[in-house]
Amino acid sequence: MPKIYLLILAFLLTGLLAGIASAEEASSLDLQRYDTTVKKVPANDSAKLPAKVPIEAFPVRPYFFPYVNPFEATVMEVPSIYSAKHPAEVPTEVFRIHPFPDRKTPDVFWYDKGLICSLVYQKHEAPLVFVIAGTGARYNSPKMVNLQKTLYQAGFNVISISSPTIANFIINASSSMVPGNLYEDAKDLYRVMEMAYEQVQSEIKVTEFYLTGYSLGGIQAAYVSMLDEEKKRLDFRKVLLINPPESLYNSVSKLEKLLGDNIPGGEENFDDWYKQLIDSLADIYEEMGYFDLTGDFIYKAYKRHPPREDFLAALVGLSFTLSSADMVFASDVMRGGGYITPKNVIMNNSTSLRPYEMVATRTSFTDYFHEYFYPYFRQQEPGLTEQTLIDRLTLKNIENYLRSARKIGLLHNEDDIIMLPGEVNYLYSVFGNRARIYPTGGHCGNMDHPDVVRYIVNFFNRKEG
Amino acid sequence: MAAFIQRKRLLLVLLSGILLLSACSTTPKTTQYTEPPMRKYEELVDQSKTYPIDVYDPLEGFNRGVYRFNYYFDKFIFLPIVNTYEFIMPVFAQKGVSNFIDNVYEFSNFTNNLLQLKFKESGITLARFAINTTVGVAGLWDPATELNLRRQKEDFGQTLGHYGVGDGPYIVLPILGPSNLRDTTGVVADALAFSNLGPPAWVDDDDATLAFNVVTAIDRRHRVPFRYYGTGSPFEYEMVRLLYTSQRKIVIEK
Repeated sequence: MPKIYLLILAFLLTGLLAGIASAEEASSLDLQRYDTTVKKVPANDSAKLPAKVPIEAFPVRPYFFPYVNPFEATVMEVPSIYSAKHPAEVPTEVFRIHPFPDRKTPDVFWYDKGLICSLVYQKHEAPLVFVIAGTGARYNSPKMVNLQKTLYQAGFNVISISSPTIANFIINASSSMVPGNLYEDAKDLYRVMEMAYEQVQSEIKVTEFYLTGYSLGGIQAAYVSMLDEEKKRLDFRKVLLINPPESLYNSVSKLEKLLGDNIPGGEENFDDWYKQLIDSLADIYEEMGYFDLTGDFIYKAYKRHPPREDFLAALVGLSFTLSSADMVFASDVMRGGGYITPKNVIMNNSTSLRPYEMVATRTSFTDYFHEYFYPYFRQQEPGLTEQTLIDRLTLKNIENYLRSARKIGLLHNEDDIIMLPGEVNYLYSVFGNRARIYPTGGHCGNMDHPDVVRYIVNFFNRKEG
Repeated sequence: MAAFIQRKRLLLVLLSGILLLSACSTTPKTTQYTEPPMRKYEELVDQSKTYPIDVYDPLEGFNRGVYRFNYYFDKFIFLPIVNTYEFIMPVFAQKGVSNFIDNVYEFSNFTNNLLQLKFKESGITLARFAINTTVGVAGLWDPATELNLRRQKEDFGQTLGHYGVGDGPYIVLPILGPSNLRDTTGVVADALAFSNLGPPAWVDDDDATLAFNVVTAIDRRHRVPFRYYGTGSPFEYEMVRLLYTSQRKIVIEK
């Protein structure tokens, strides 16, 4: 939560950092802009759709997303008119599973007892959708909750799985405790899905299984689906990849540079940057006279003070750095230390973790890859080169499977900030008519846009073949 | 996350109990087999620099103990009560209770705005109290906000901050959560002023005051979505400490 809180709070800084960046810029956003590649549907068409699918009740109009800058799209909360309408709450059950019951949890993680998952359930017979969260996100992160509501409204059961990169997953559900290897992560995820389903089986009536995931969860979904072809225990009928990276290593390298590259003077000046941010937030608070974190408020503040792109990019980088720091620390402690924590020390509840946090935030994902991740897997597989490992952590690596598996669909944005030039086009060439690429939306910024929500629902509702 | 209850005596008892419980060493226990890590703090962090994100926390061992205590208190006592409350009360009634309590506490907002010589804000607060107490039926509704008279939240911690009092050491209060020496002083001062000069003194009915305090405690917890160890980050204690401190800085500077 603090991460999100910090992010959203932080965004409000816009004002001061924006300096004299003109308010005109915001109004120059062409409100009439729309993408002609998206087929127009007459507005009254929605009336003919079945009433049991409330999501379809939105008026159909050409895709329009209020933020054309991909960093804005990625970071900013969307004003309510551009996001789908959901019920405030849906029937949800939170439960824990224990894939490795004999594993001893170190004292420093005393509060961590079992992998936490959630079930959103229907009273009637319905398909069950498994959702895999993105990097650093838990089963109940805002994007996950929106997806849960979307899928619930469309009549599905939903089981939500936290990202294998978060501490709770590494501690309880990862066999190697070294996250990031798509093959290993897929095995862990598959085990978790089977156990989670087993645990709630008596409460729901499932007709068939579907699978989806966004960001890192998207590429993981592809690997889980491939593993399922072999095991056939869940036998997924439809799989939707939402904004997956093409290459894990490429995307991560791009993301982790954002913080250092966008803070004046580099990452070492983070503290000054942060101090300035807090001062600016105080000014915004004073100017607006009140403060809340709804999309509408943020959009209002945005209209007054369009944020500078470097600031938004730094926020994306910050969010990624914090997620990555949590992951590296959890993995290192679970494996006995030696990377960023000393080997053979005993940490408990009163141990100050600040020094390790400082080191962890100064350990980039690529440091992790070269100094920790790669050596670990080379030990398992002598002769493995770094490049081979990098090439393996891609969608290209399983291109043949993706081309042949008609049940897999792709949802992506042309301006996704985690993609290198050409990567979205490459994915489009692989998926062809099973891909829907929106022109704007950044990285997962438009996941709750009514058009995108409709696409997701239709994807899972459509008849096979 | 700030103050939810005013029961000071209970607080004292708890405080002394936790002091006894919490071990205070904040460095990890080493053994003869301990080896330094590959990436070392000494090499990666420039110790000559001061890091503003480092919050002054000399009582860290104790604070971490209280943090853990709060987790258990939430889990076994506070949240079950709050969940029952949310289950029994219809949503509109919960909203009404929150409005009512906010309206009663306009007293603290008013006194603290006045103490900071913020006359416009004091006036707005007074107007809010008048409108919400009458048109808003004893404060159950909040028509003042509809009239764009927004709540001017101030507490004595902010008043002290306004006059230049620094944070002091970070303190995690039992039940109430993150605070620091300045804000803890503020909580106590506000509570004293409220009960001796504010609405409880006007009403002068111990039972009513007790009932009000209990409902206030439940309502405040009900409104705070924060859950201990709910962020999923191993560095949650550090994050919360930073965010609390930053958030207080913002509301003081605004």
